[in-house]
Amino acid sequence: MLKPKHFFLLPALLTLVAIILFPLIFTVRVSFSSWDVYQAGLDYIGGRNYTRVFEDTRFWESLLRLSSLSFITVTLQYVIGFALALAVWKQMKGGRIFRVLFLVPMMTTPVVMSVIWRTMLHESLGPANDILSAFGIGPVPWLSSAAGAFVSVVIVEVWQWTPFMFLLLFAGLVSLPREPYLAAAIDGAGPVRTFWQVTFPLMAPISIGALIIRLIEASKIMDTVYILTSGGPGTATETPSYYIYIRGLRDFQVGYSAALSLTYLVLMIITLTIIAKLLMRFLVGKDA
Amino acid sequence: MTRTYNTIKYLFLLAWSIFVVFPFLWALSTSFKDANAVTSGARYLPWVEFEPSLQGWQSLFASGSRGINIITPFFNSATVTLLASVISLVLGTLAAYGLSRYKFKLGFIKNADITFFFISQRIMPPIVLAIPFFLMLKEIRALDTIAGLVIVYIALLLPIAVWVMIDFFASIPKELDEMAMIDGCTPIGAFFRVVLPNSLAGLVVAGMFCLIFGWNDFFFAFTLTFTETQLLPVAIVSLNSSVTPWWSLSAFALISVTPLALVAIVVERFMSRGSLAGAFR
Repeated sequence: MLKPKHFFLLPALLTLVAIILFPLIFTVRVSFSSWDVYQAGLDYIGGRNYTRVFEDTRFWESLLRLSSLSFITVTLQYVIGFALALAVWKQMKGGRIFRVLFLVPMMTTPVVMSVIWRTMLHESLGPANDILSAFGIGPVPWLSSAAGAFVSVVIVEVWQWTPFMFLLLFAGLVSLPREPYLAAAIDGAGPVRTFWQVTFPLMAPISIGALIIRLIEASKIMDTVYILTSGGPGTATETPSYYIYIRGLRDFQVGYSAALSLTYLVLMIITLTIIAKLLMRFLVGKDA
Repeated sequence: MTRTYNTIKYLFLLAWSIFVVFPFLWALSTSFKDANAVTSGARYLPWVEFEPSLQGWQSLFASGSRGINIITPFFNSATVTLLASVISLVLGTLAAYGLSRYKFKLGFIKNADITFFFISQRIMPPIVLAIPFFLMLKEIRALDTIAGLVIVYIALLLPIAVWVMIDFFASIPKELDEMAMIDGCTPIGAFFRVVLPNSLAGLVVAGMFCLIFGWNDFFFAFTLTFTETQLLPVAIVSLNSSVTPWWSLSAFALISVTPLALVAIVVERFMSRGSLAGAFR
């Protein structure tokens, strides 16, 4: 007995389950096997892969690196994105051009733009060092030093994804009610006070949504790193995604990379849930 | 006071605009360079600082071994993105409507859990799925094919479509469907005749996000294809790995990002009209 409601829901649900469920179950099963280049197949070795994950300092270091990388990039994206949204919020000359322009980077392919960024950050032939040298700075070893490579990834991520933050926050600003602003104007509040007492609290739910969406996306950082630095120099910019890529698709340690993947996934879900709850408490003052 | 504030504001807007535009201008300038102009340090202005050359652009359309094939990857990317987006949009819209209008219950699983299942797929790092997808597609002989990529991209885009449309349908009053049903429409008829025509804004927004995330994916295209079905980002990156011809690379990159950069104009329309606000709450 197929009711109308099933006609609506089931096609999508079954499609997604069919595509996602096999890979997930398969990953769980493989993570208990020793599948690698020499031995392709599903044997059972118990939790040995997971003990190895536990002792794999390179993996835990990449997780720490990811935390600081996503914290720094998402904070910068939020602050800059919010400032941009506020700046072009009110009617102004050329506002439309600015708004279109600010959206463009998120529409472009991250790997393709990273390829361009690589040429820009080239130490001797790129414009980054050329422009800095006009100010007497440099030459900065952008991609060949640990700190430089980290900063490079931050710059490109901020360039690429601040537009997304801008989009969400601007859409939020447009939908704000008028009345609180009238009240603030009657009270004689200046722009700074109006922002902290009216705009910011009203924007809190949207801010949380935007921050969480961006943190989720940032937790998967991979394309930029792959093109810009290949995780290097050494492992200076290696993120968990990239490390699992090396173990799984380059060394073809299928079993071990499955265990890494699942550990990574579970840690991400737990961390993001905790962050979401904390943000709710601090910014809105209520429990999620 | 207002004057200093305005000056700071415009300086800030200007500085960020330059930062945003610079990579495109640099790529445009580089696409007209030859080996000589590239290796003699950073040059910006054609004719003034270097003699422009068309070899970058010519190499993209030249035939034979000298040329870089750009038509096939472009066509592949467009096919995969469009097919996956349309399928995701159709399935996602139906599911979102169902979830916003009916109560589902299967044991302890309720509407909120089903919605969460859809949207939570965005948390899944691509790398977790890459190897199983590889083996799965190999099993059904869909590795390195358009069909295989479309299947994978549906998993990527369907959550986006559901996410945008669920919030959109929440903003359409239920009375609308009820009136249609009083007039004698079946529930399915009411959806197609009354609700769908009123959902254009939501469909456009959801569709654009599907296009953006489909067109811009690199990782799955990179791990699940080899030579038969090359998508644009993969083709560009493979160019990067050999002895890098910056001029062809830049021209190629510009061609691949331009179609979607134009989408920004449409997105801005919706964003400023407030049509996006409901979608992101």
